[in-house]
Amino acid sequence: MAKPKIATTSLAGCFGCHMSILDIDERLVDLIEVIDFDKSPIDDIKTFTDRCAVGLVEGGCANEENVDVLRSFREYCDILVALGGCAINGDIPSLRNTVPLEECIREAYFDGPSVYNPDGVIPNDKELPLLLDKVYPCSEVVKIDYSIPGCPPHAEAIWIVLNALLKGEPIEIPYEYMRYD
Amino acid sequence: MSETITFTIDGVEVQGAPGQTILEAADAAGVYIPRLCKGEGLAPRTSCRVCTVMVNGRPQTACSYPISDGMVVENETEELMTFRKNIIDMLFIEGNHYCMFCEASGRCELQALAYRFGINAPKYPFMYPKRELDTSHPDVYIERNRCILCGRCVNASRDEDGKGIFEFIGRGSEKKIAVDSSRGLSGTDAAAADKAVEACPVGSLLPKHRGYDIPVGRRAYDAAPIGSDIERHRKERNNE
Repeated sequence: MAKPKIATTSLAGCFGCHMSILDIDERLVDLIEVIDFDKSPIDDIKTFTDRCAVGLVEGGCANEENVDVLRSFREYCDILVALGGCAINGDIPSLRNTVPLEECIREAYFDGPSVYNPDGVIPNDKELPLLLDKVYPCSEVVKIDYSIPGCPPHAEAIWIVLNALLKGEPIEIPYEYMRYD
Repeated sequence: MSETITFTIDGVEVQGAPGQTILEAADAAGVYIPRLCKGEGLAPRTSCRVCTVMVNGRPQTACSYPISDGMVVENETEELMTFRKNIIDMLFIEGNHYCMFCEASGRCELQALAYRFGINAPKYPFMYPKRELDTSHPDVYIERNRCILCGRCVNASRDEDGKGIFEFIGRGSEKKIAVDSSRGLSGTDAAAADKAVEACPVGSLLPKHRGYDIPVGRRAYDAAPIGSDIERHRKERNNE
């Protein structure tokens, strides 16, 4: 029987949650005995090659590309997990949610103290994804099956959840790994 | 009137003194009833409803309801746990709670309750309200993004500090904590050592110049869930 596949991605996040995945350390070797990584920065596969048992999503949705990637994860993954604070509630990127988008852009390209923009141009290349009006938690864009809190989540929490999901057992994060910070 | 009052919590017999509330008697007996707006030593405000228990089949706030002989109290039923969880969920989505950079993280009672209840993510959509800070005072600041409108600072400032600095203004979603000066907190005689500052269960009313003074791992709720200290009483007594 083929090994189940896991996909991971970082949307509007800082890759801190992926660092936590790497913090599983030498047990990653045990992990790849029983699973394969599909689309993920860990093996640098850019597009889905197959259906995946579990998708781990770091970060919320700040732009249209984030939404496209998140929707593809929902399409290809049986179980979709919001990994970390940004995926769950937007966290740091969502600090802009109380400021209108126009004001954010004005600060970033005109008014900010370190801005050098003599031509007064707001980048608008078609390669650049358009910003959303605010940052959305993943659960407000697609259905999320499970969440692992933390900024970043403890490696042990990720390990425990992944193992439980792969074995089809009930998930319980022990108190010491239940963290929002 | 008898000297002791006997009643039950979840079928277990508990004894208390006349005049005690359910919460006081439960604490003394080593039974933890979750609570949030009730500050240690402060008068109950009954605003958060987290301590709601069933008394003879009716919902009542344990922090304010007096005990009586033969009273039947339900605390850890599935219905009440779900009810409390929903309140905690709503408090999270109603404000802007960024635990990862909050100085109160690790000793925040709202966060600790969420941990105890095993809430991985609130189930309601986030509101991202726009709230104001008051950093005018040299030693204390108000971070309204984290305010849960419990009113502990109102009670503590009035009853303990004798200053009466805080009060609520506005109604419904417009309700917020205000201070007794048009110049903000700097126009009041607030001080970092005030009981009102200490009473804040979250990171909304904080002393300046303290920052992240307690390392991760040694903060109030790092090792054991909120309420463990109360439950320990019962365990110790039962071992004797």
